[in-house]
Amino acid sequence: MSTQTNKPFAVVGERLPRYDGADKVTGKAIFGPDVALPGMLHGFILRSPHAHARLRSLDTSHAEALPGVYAVVTAADLPPAKSTDHRYARDNTFASDKVLYVGHAVAAVAARTPTLAEHAARLIEVEYDVLPAVTDVLEAMREDAPILHDEMRTHSLAGRGEAPSNVASHFQQLKGDPARGFAEADVIVEREFHTATVHQGYIESHAALATWSDDGAPFHGALTVYTTTQGSFAVRDHVAWLLDLPMSKVRVIPTEVGGAFGGKNASYLDVPAALLARKARRPVKITMPRPDVFLATGPSSGAVFRVKMGATRDGRITAAQAELFYAAGAYPGSPVGSGANVMLGPYAIPNGQVDGYDVVTNGPRVSSYRAPGGTPANFAAETVIDELAEKLGLDPIEFRLRNHAKEGDERVDGGTHGSIGGIEVLKATQACEHYNAPLEGPNRGRGVAHAYWGNWGARSSCTLSVNGDGTVSLVTSSVDLSGTRTTIAMQAAEALELPAERINPSVGDTDNTGYADVSAGSRTTYATGIAAIQAAEDVIAQMRARAAGLWGIPVESVSYANGVFFANADLRFTFAELAEQVTGAGGSVSSIANVDVGEWGAGFSTQIADVEVDPETGKVTLLRYTVVQDVGQAVHPTMVEGQMQGGATQGIGWALYEGYAYNDAGQMLNANFLDYKIPTALDVPLIETVIVEVPYPKHPYGVRGVGEPPILPPPAAIANAIYRATGVRPTHLPMTSAHLLEKMRVIGNR
Amino acid sequence: MTSKTLVSTTINGEPVEFLCEPHQSLLECLRDVLGLTGTKEGCNDGNCGACSVLLDGQLVNSCLVLGVEIEGRAVTTVEGLADWRGLHPIQQAFLEADGFQCGFCTPGILIATKALLDREPNPTEAEIRAWLSGNLCRCTGYDKIVRAVQAAACCLNAASQEVNE
Repeated sequence: MSTQTNKPFAVVGERLPRYDGADKVTGKAIFGPDVALPGMLHGFILRSPHAHARLRSLDTSHAEALPGVYAVVTAADLPPAKSTDHRYARDNTFASDKVLYVGHAVAAVAARTPTLAEHAARLIEVEYDVLPAVTDVLEAMREDAPILHDEMRTHSLAGRGEAPSNVASHFQQLKGDPARGFAEADVIVEREFHTATVHQGYIESHAALATWSDDGAPFHGALTVYTTTQGSFAVRDHVAWLLDLPMSKVRVIPTEVGGAFGGKNASYLDVPAALLARKARRPVKITMPRPDVFLATGPSSGAVFRVKMGATRDGRITAAQAELFYAAGAYPGSPVGSGANVMLGPYAIPNGQVDGYDVVTNGPRVSSYRAPGGTPANFAAETVIDELAEKLGLDPIEFRLRNHAKEGDERVDGGTHGSIGGIEVLKATQACEHYNAPLEGPNRGRGVAHAYWGNWGARSSCTLSVNGDGTVSLVTSSVDLSGTRTTIAMQAAEALELPAERINPSVGDTDNTGYADVSAGSRTTYATGIAAIQAAEDVIAQMRARAAGLWGIPVESVSYANGVFFANADLRFTFAELAEQVTGAGGSVSSIANVDVGEWGAGFSTQIADVEVDPETGKVTLLRYTVVQDVGQAVHPTMVEGQMQGGATQGIGWALYEGYAYNDAGQMLNANFLDYKIPTALDVPLIETVIVEVPYPKHPYGVRGVGEPPILPPPAAIANAIYRATGVRPTHLPMTSAHLLEKMRVIGNR
Repeated sequence: MTSKTLVSTTINGEPVEFLCEPHQSLLECLRDVLGLTGTKEGCNDGNCGACSVLLDGQLVNSCLVLGVEIEGRAVTTVEGLADWRGLHPIQQAFLEADGFQCGFCTPGILIATKALLDREPNPTEAEIRAWLSGNLCRCTGYDKIVRAVQAAACCLNAASQEVNE
């Protein structure tokens, strides 16, 4: 592990113990499925076995009659739809007229035990008129494809389409004159890529526990939901929206989260649990079985890409063109936009055109997965970049450096790059030991890939309260997925000029904290950190004023440094001494900072893969792997390395192992961890990390988002390594043995 | 519904009696009947290892064992690792090496590590990776976990040497 560090900080940049560490190693940490309340019932959701069918009838009477069953709910228990988006969200909670994917919720039961609830749910009689299903994005675009939504027309620049279509929208990004750019090119590479749907694969399933206070008729009580989520306010707003409740009547208490990666931005069980709890007049908990997690929560989009790029003999990219087709699942909203925005992002491309299509298919409604939409797009773009470099006889990093974007350059997506460290990342890769180490032996190859990710800022809130003993309580509404309690508290400690152990951070709920957007988009350490720093600065200002009052001098005369307030040699208070004074008289000091951070620093990651491919079986073995990334300023280097290693490992899974397998009826064939294989400890080597720190100037400490960039390059880095090992360029994800053998045979027969 | 069975067993060194339904897994009994929620459910079909416990010292997925099967036997869960002296050296090593991220797979991995180090005090990296291949972790990429196991092995060996000297 190497760190290129610039360290003017006392706390930031240290490898400190995590505040939540002891609870996590002793089993005391309370995750979603661990919450329980007295008198609690258990819920079970009945789901469609068909990928596409009309609901003819639904008879819940046998389930309701079973002793020990307290409530059965269906779409009929939800308030009517108010808009198209509302109807999609409502129908994705419980199907009303059609089921659109295997696993689509149809009804839910609350009973005394989980077993009884499941048994009762199986007594619900549902009659379906089964319809033809379509799961492949290109097939869904055909004119004769089964139509999921009769009223859907394609939205595009040309307006609204005439005929029903599964293409929800088509957008186009255009820069310069692509036709002229390709005419100027000496070399052109044009390829098509197909990538499978993959799942975030968090080990903790979804769980929600709902309970109502009984202060009147239904709809007048207040609802409390304990849930495992990336955003307590997002769940609150979703529940209030679907149940037509005032936001103030919904309290969402987030639990510890056992992995999310974008998959817990959306809400699945909160509304069904709330409906059941209201009808049963008792707390109801629902925990989702693992197969349902695959079938009915939001995975990534399966996608198809057509990419064309041209360059001059001296290695300048003259034009790029790409078409992106993303399967959205049952309702529109795939991440095709962010895929388009990032795929060409690292490079200064004078002429470009990108067309994106958001297409509904008979699968679960997709959700975010770490750098949403970016990983398969990066695979397509960076494979073509690699092939261009090869055709030009250039080193792949040298070719990327020659074309790299700089601050102020306009991208094909229309945005302009701010302060970025992409070139520094490529140079650090060029200089690192791995890139310069020999790789010998047959059937082995080394590949690289480079990626840009925009990151995010948005709304955060942080409250600091000074205690009488000089400790500081820190409460944020940002759910801690990965250690952000620690990284936020470290920034508060830095700003307060106090040791980190004097700060005690916790995650609050929607009734006792200010609003925060979901912990997503690599934004939490960055944006909630800014809120913490602002609250800390306000605490110091208040404390200085209080010291000035106690000393009877103007506030300007009071300074603060290294944990001491002082005016002269005699007038001195340590932070703790002043804290004791102010809480004893005049009221304690606290501060809440609410921010809406509109700018953020992009992230770049370059990765190196060494592979060996067995020519007989097509099995790919990763021999060595390195992640290089610009993180701005590493607040906690150990956790930053963990993000880089974990992100890359997910990308390795995407590259080699993971993918939804569907049959012709649209049924997923591998909805379990045996057949849907995520990487184990045996499948990955030690992942080396090189932290690059190009500080982002708009964060007080230079922080950039870290979590998402490392998932982007693995498929292309591994594909480019496979090419050097075998002479074939993979075009499909996952790059299974079967895919590689087929490619190798084609080459062999030529 | 079926009637319940009385099970007399030892959990984390203490004698325990509980009633369970014959179909209930050990995992359900631990979590829902006995309130020992440190043991986690990740898949409920034996493929993720989050529910790992020791049954008479042997590593098992508690979702694949019936509650009634532990009659007269001894179970160790994550709650049984620390004692009045403090954290178990394996827990301490994971804490110090930051051998986890979200912490959900951690109880199972701690238990699996104990089973490994009980039988092989000096595992190689390859042995650690092979042994832990039944415990899925989606956050870390496993590197920090492997290092934590190595650190725990060192610590336990140093402690046992002290005892021997």
